[in-house]
Amino acid sequence: MTDKVLMKGNEALAEAAIMAGCRHYFGYPITPQTEVAAYLAKRMPKIGGTFLQAESEIAAINMVYGVAAAGLRVLTSSSSPGIALKSEGLSYLAGADLPAVIINVQRGGPGLGGIQPSQSDYFQATKAGGHGDFRMIVLAPNSVQEMADLTVKAFDLADQYRMTAMILADGTMGQMMEPVSLNYGEPKKIEKPWAVTGTKCLRKHNVVNSLFLVPDELEQFNFARYERYKQIEENEVMYEEYMMDDAEICIVAFGIAARVSKNAISEARKQGIKVGMIRPITLWPFPKAPMLKAADKVKEFICVEMSMGQMIEDVELAVRCKKPVTLCNRVGGMIPSPEQVLASIVEASKKGE
Amino acid sequence: MKRKRITLLAGHYGSGKTNIAVNYALMLKRELNQSPGYSSVSIADLDIVNPYFRTKDSACELEAAGIRLICSEYAGSNVDIPALPQDIYAISDDKSMMAVIDIGGDDRGALALGRYAPAILEENDYEMLLVINAYRPLTRDVDSTVEVIREIENAGGIKFTSIVNNSNLGEETTAQTVLDSLEYAASIADAVGLPIKMTSVREELYGELKDKIENLFPLKLQEKIK
Repeated sequence: MTDKVLMKGNEALAEAAIMAGCRHYFGYPITPQTEVAAYLAKRMPKIGGTFLQAESEIAAINMVYGVAAAGLRVLTSSSSPGIALKSEGLSYLAGADLPAVIINVQRGGPGLGGIQPSQSDYFQATKAGGHGDFRMIVLAPNSVQEMADLTVKAFDLADQYRMTAMILADGTMGQMMEPVSLNYGEPKKIEKPWAVTGTKCLRKHNVVNSLFLVPDELEQFNFARYERYKQIEENEVMYEEYMMDDAEICIVAFGIAARVSKNAISEARKQGIKVGMIRPITLWPFPKAPMLKAADKVKEFICVEMSMGQMIEDVELAVRCKKPVTLCNRVGGMIPSPEQVLASIVEASKKGE
Repeated sequence: MKRKRITLLAGHYGSGKTNIAVNYALMLKRELNQSPGYSSVSIADLDIVNPYFRTKDSACELEAAGIRLICSEYAGSNVDIPALPQDIYAISDDKSMMAVIDIGGDDRGALALGRYAPAILEENDYEMLLVINAYRPLTRDVDSTVEVIREIENAGGIKFTSIVNNSNLGEETTAQTVLDSLEYAASIADAVGLPIKMTSVREELYGELKDKIENLFPLKLQEKIK
């Protein structure tokens, strides 16, 4: 019998978190990510872990802070409005250089919005996770398998760089069922000499805090943090290039929008249009280099996203305005159809003829 | 064998209950002449857990087949509340109607059934089908599946009467995927002392498997309405 199982994206990432050695989950229910909590509520007690439904998202993120400070792998999940509530805690985690994994299964906004999928938290995830100067590693899965694989990756990166890593999924990724294979071996063990685990009178006590009242001291912490961010930008960029060898038009899309775009690309190729795609897997760090390289070859970029145009700003910066970047989008819980993407491709192909 | 008037479908969430419920109702309607005394078929959506994959997704097809759809007006909408349909009492009132009841996943979904269980038990003309999928992670082995079964029975107040083996791996399902699950299904049946009523497979696999598996039930998969 196959080792594959049929899982929802939300379940797959929850199981992957367990496989990555995470034994602590704190959260508050919100559609479309509630299966993460439901799954872990069943699993955690059986493996000596902690599942706790907190009284609010804010409480949950501060519980995450506590476990992270104690040096253990910890997870919280929510959907768009719930992530907004967590943003104070995300900033505190950053200020205290604590590793944690945060899941955002996005829904349409702003406000309470709706429960259908969206990608309109791109700015929030990549630029404005909370107050102050900080970054989060942002990973964007486009299949149930990647929901799981990137969750394991997120735990490793968070520990390695002492920062939060976010899975930026959407309602489709959370709800869809696909066969997955979950084989990760032993979780990576990363030493955490800074963790507050009790000195047993054998060492100086560790302090985990984000309050630094001496400005030049606080400045040094910010400088050091951004040195680490530079390493991440150099070493951890992930993306997929699809049919880019001879491409004259380049689609940039992530998550479910990238899957839709692949269908549109196959259709366009049948019509003889040379189109490819760069799919960012890390949204931060953003894959700037392959896009700049593509800018010398292609005549136009099409950014396909389920927002009013958020990632498109990063694409424009990445290609340094060498080539036009147009937007193909749906919002409010709507998903672009392959036909809509195809129409954008056809339109781009006709320009300059 | 005379078909029971009410068919209830429950199981772990994601096991495929809704797809089977829709296909089963369509089959009952097609074969209504084999169930003397009944003049219509209805399908009721009792899911209070899942706002996405609902019987209502097949509303057009059900309507075209002349099957009454009993579901909350909020089902499949963006109104994410656990509402129950108000006209569900039609099922116990109209004894000339056959009914398929699609119950939400796990024990939480089955809680809604508890409200209607006394009337169903009193009439005692029902089948309570357990839908299983060997490839779902929380019901992969006998012990964990039996745990889910007991939780659903306790929450819903009705005991299962037989099993539907709906083992599949989504789009990657092959005939072998289904054949490999037969042993699992048999061991569940053995552990809980229930017969296997049928094995459901998507219709493309029906021809390949119909001589190899008893009581094979072909499924036309629901399409999500945009």
